Amino acid sequence: MKSKFWFMIVALLVAASMLLTACQPAAPAEEPMEEPAAEEPMEEPAAEEPMEEPAAEEPAAEEPMEKSAVEIFSWWTAGGEAEGLNGMFKIYSEMYPDVEIINATVAGGAGTNAKAVLATRLAGGDPPDSFQVHAGLEVEKYSPEEYLEPIDDMFDPSVFPADLLTMLEYEGHYWSMPVNIHRSNVLWYNKTVFEEQGLEVPMTKEEFFTVSEALQGAGIIPVAMGTKDGWEAGHVFEGMLAATMGAEGYRGLWDGTVSWEDPGVTEALEYFLATMEYVNDDNAALTWDGAGEYFIENKAAMMIMGDWTAGWFASKAYSDYGWSATPGSNGIFVGLSDSFALPKGAPNEANAKAWLEVCGSKEGQEAFNPAKGSICARTDCDNEAFKAVPETYEYLTSAAEAWSTESIVPSVMHGAAAYESWTTEFKDAIALFASTGDVAGTQMTLQALCVDAGVCQ
Amino acid sequence: MRNIKKDKILAILLISPTLLAMLVFIYGFIGFTGYASLSNWKTLKLDFTFVGLENYVRLFKNPRFIIDLKNTFTFTVFFLISTILIGFLLAVLLEQKVKGESIFRNIFLFPMAISFVVTGVIWRWLLAPGTTETGPLGVNYLFSKLGLEFLQSGWYTDPSIGIRAVVIAAAWQMAGYIMALYLAGMRAIPEEMKEAARVDGATEFDIYRYIIIPLLQPITLSAVIILGHISLKIFDLVVAMTGPGVGFSTDVPALFMFDTTFRGNRFAQGSAIAMVLLLMVAVLVVPYLIITNKEEVTR
Amino acid sequence: MSVKVKHPRRPITFGRVTTYLLLVAAAAFFLIPVYMLLITGFKSYQEVSLSRMWLPPENFSLESFSKAWFGSKSEGFRGLSGNFFNSVWLTVPASLLSAFIGSVNGYVFSKWKFKGSNVLFAMMLFGMFIPYQSILIPLVRVLQWITQFTGPLQKGIAAWNLGGGLAWFPPWLSQFIPAYGTIGGLILVHVIYGLPIATLVFKNYYSSIPTDLVEAGMIDGAGIIGIYRFILFPISIPGFVVVLIWQFTSIWNDFLFGVIITSNPTVQPVTVALNNLAGSYIVEWNVQMAGALLAALPTLLIYILLSRYFVRGLMAGSLKG
Repeated sequence: MKSKFWFMIVALLVAASMLLTACQPAAPAEEPMEEPAAEEPMEEPAAEEPMEEPAAEEPAAEEPMEKSAVEIFSWWTAGGEAEGLNGMFKIYSEMYPDVEIINATVAGGAGTNAKAVLATRLAGGDPPDSFQVHAGLEVEKYSPEEYLEPIDDMFDPSVFPADLLTMLEYEGHYWSMPVNIHRSNVLWYNKTVFEEQGLEVPMTKEEFFTVSEALQGAGIIPVAMGTKDGWEAGHVFEGMLAATMGAEGYRGLWDGTVSWEDPGVTEALEYFLATMEYVNDDNAALTWDGAGEYFIENKAAMMIMGDWTAGWFASKAYSDYGWSATPGSNGIFVGLSDSFALPKGAPNEANAKAWLEVCGSKEGQEAFNPAKGSICARTDCDNEAFKAVPETYEYLTSAAEAWSTESIVPSVMHGAAAYESWTTEFKDAIALFASTGDVAGTQMTLQALCVDAGVCQ
Repeated sequence: MRNIKKDKILAILLISPTLLAMLVFIYGFIGFTGYASLSNWKTLKLDFTFVGLENYVRLFKNPRFIIDLKNTFTFTVFFLISTILIGFLLAVLLEQKVKGESIFRNIFLFPMAISFVVTGVIWRWLLAPGTTETGPLGVNYLFSKLGLEFLQSGWYTDPSIGIRAVVIAAAWQMAGYIMALYLAGMRAIPEEMKEAARVDGATEFDIYRYIIIPLLQPITLSAVIILGHISLKIFDLVVAMTGPGVGFSTDVPALFMFDTTFRGNRFAQGSAIAMVLLLMVAVLVVPYLIITNKEEVTR
Repeated sequence: MSVKVKHPRRPITFGRVTTYLLLVAAAAFFLIPVYMLLITGFKSYQEVSLSRMWLPPENFSLESFSKAWFGSKSEGFRGLSGNFFNSVWLTVPASLLSAFIGSVNGYVFSKWKFKGSNVLFAMMLFGMFIPYQSILIPLVRVLQWITQFTGPLQKGIAAWNLGGGLAWFPPWLSQFIPAYGTIGGLILVHVIYGLPIATLVFKNYYSSIPTDLVEAGMIDGAGIIGIYRFILFPISIPGFVVVLIWQFTSIWNDFLFGVIITSNPTVQPVTVALNNLAGSYIVEWNVQMAGALLAALPTLLIYILLSRYFVRGLMAGSLKG
């Protein structure tokens, strides 16, 4: 019985401390139980407006005018991306101090959870004011003609690259405002390991395999990869597809002008298969950053992963790396972009539009991107802004350079090149391919998927 | 004497809110899902154009789905058997009037307090095999330090083991609760019954075999139902622990359904998957119902 | 393995040694992941890596715990503290309510069988197997339909003007009205989906209670409600313990309904906040594990509180007379 007693005391102490910290400070102490509840109702009245909309059919006319809000829905929940988002929120608040920003976020890699919530809300008639969506054909999944407002008039063609505008266009309109650009086909190499082994950074496919052979012989993992989440294989593959097909050919695959039975696709599949021989055998157990640990510990030499890796290296205080493109795809920038869309019937449409303007503005993008570890979608961002995060400055400036000079093609794994239904099945096909190694069968499947999506004949 | 009829009516009234809620929130939705599975719903906007069994045909031609079904079957069998056995054995051990029983009990029950997502991540680390170049990780590392190399394996990275590795994590999480169920049940068995049997010369083993286990049968049944329904719907644990796995060896229908519905936008196909899961359960439950109903009648 | 207890005085027999050994081995198996959870929570992000997973942290730091609990405005973490009490207001009423209703249902299904009651019971259990992801959209639709009626009520209560120190009370109370987007809505959903298991456990529990008790009550003139109130409810504690443990855990740890039904971050339960400690490409595992431990503490507390009821002989008295 005595031990029970002490359990209870400890438990009560823990509970009391949680209670005390969950309250806002400067509150009377008489009823500790009620204090924590006090903070919620304070925020409720303003927050109630967006919640009542679903039952009401009429537009936002019934809102009281004292305080309006804007609900921004994204999956940017932690680390640099959340900081960047906050940076944009600050700019917005400076311009519109009377508007309360409701930061509705749902974490989950690349928005898997968020998309579920979003789909349910849109279909249920309770849209947020603005939500995050990958720029490109991913927007199709939200049935833009039904659920979104076009924002053509918000675009200044002089500040956005033509290739990006092509990526953004769907059914003749623009539906979302791009905030950043990430590059998918980046080859990261470990400088120490390469020096020790006396190797040069591979620029072509052949060089890549020579280098990998040498590394494997020396007992080093040539390519660190983590395939646990299922999308990484497709991610690595798209860079190889760009390498073997070239920029034009790659684009053609996604708009139906080039058949998937092209020998370039076969070559890409074989390239991928051969690479898997040089990948760490526990790749199925690791996420991409788990595999990245091997890289940081000098046990692996190379990594093919998008350029959010630079931000991750910074968080691990690691800087001994260099970068190139997926071997063979130098000169091709496989890009993806995060953007914000405007749903139809947004409860606070004016505020939402103001938000989109902030997203697309020079100040907004300069506040967001250095923290996030990506480059501006606009071409007129000041490189100086990126000095705010010195660890990623070098990489980001070189990426911005590449963005303005190289051929830009859309990433498929990150929602730019194809409808999400196609992307999902593409991802599954490549994941299966990684274990079956069936080149011919997979190629047929890829062609069938294109036909299924209504893009190929 | 009270009016039995009045009581019977009251009885039905008492459970009617529940029945109403089931009707709307469960069977209504099952009907919705069923109809959706026969439709062409591929966009956010509800689209109920009837297409018959096309979604089902497409589903069964999908290699991922077939693997998923196999995985569910394997997972359910291994999970149910191991969790119920472990739970029962733990309950038996704790029944032996051990010192520090409450500490052990809380240790065994604690895993259930942790969400499936966190369990998945921890067990992913624990069962991460490591590589030949960098050496073993996780439990493989422990085994090598203890000289138990023969126990090392690829765990969930090995397609031949696949989802059975996930069973370890799931059993770890749930065995404590099953132990609690059995413990409560064992303690409800009157001591007099056991004493009487001992006086008659029965060994402890006999007591378990002929008295305790049969009396615990309804608990075993509840355990099967509770664990079975978890196992069919298992999602968070798999996502956090292994993802779809090598060649989909740890993929499960709930994961596929989430992917196809909310990423692929194929709501109709997602509904079809849900209906197939339900049908699988029906195949097991309906015969059982018929049997127990017959028993009730003959009583 | 059979345990032979020959004397009432429990000497150190082979059997008892085996029992303790097995228990300790089992405890080790159950505790190893908890050890991993703990040490990761105390590490800094630099130290978190697979190759160092077994090693304790070089410097024990409570930083991850405070980051997880308080959040970090600069880094954009929301932190758990804001949502912690939402979970409490959600889980406590929902568990108690579903346990109570489940016990009444279990009582009816086990002691007051009528024609077709078994079929109804089985159908209730069967319906439980539908995966919840597939019913999200109709669920939201139905909730919105309900909100047509309860929404105005909620607004009305929230607008009550109880001056001064009690000004927080009406809005807080209004959160409990079942509607799309309120905690009340979440409570409604969790109670409904928790009923099948609660009913199952109670039906089993009451089935093991002999019908003589019920009959004795009827002879004394009690009706269906009276028997429940005076005879069965007082001895239902083990049933409540088992059901409450289950319901508290599954409602506290639920993520899906929490994130779909309550979309406003200030109203969401703590599991959503816990999930949001992760980033979209990068997860700071030390913070995540620290947060997970903090989020699991209330449930653990409940287990410790309720487990005192796993005592023997609760039934011993009821068979006499």
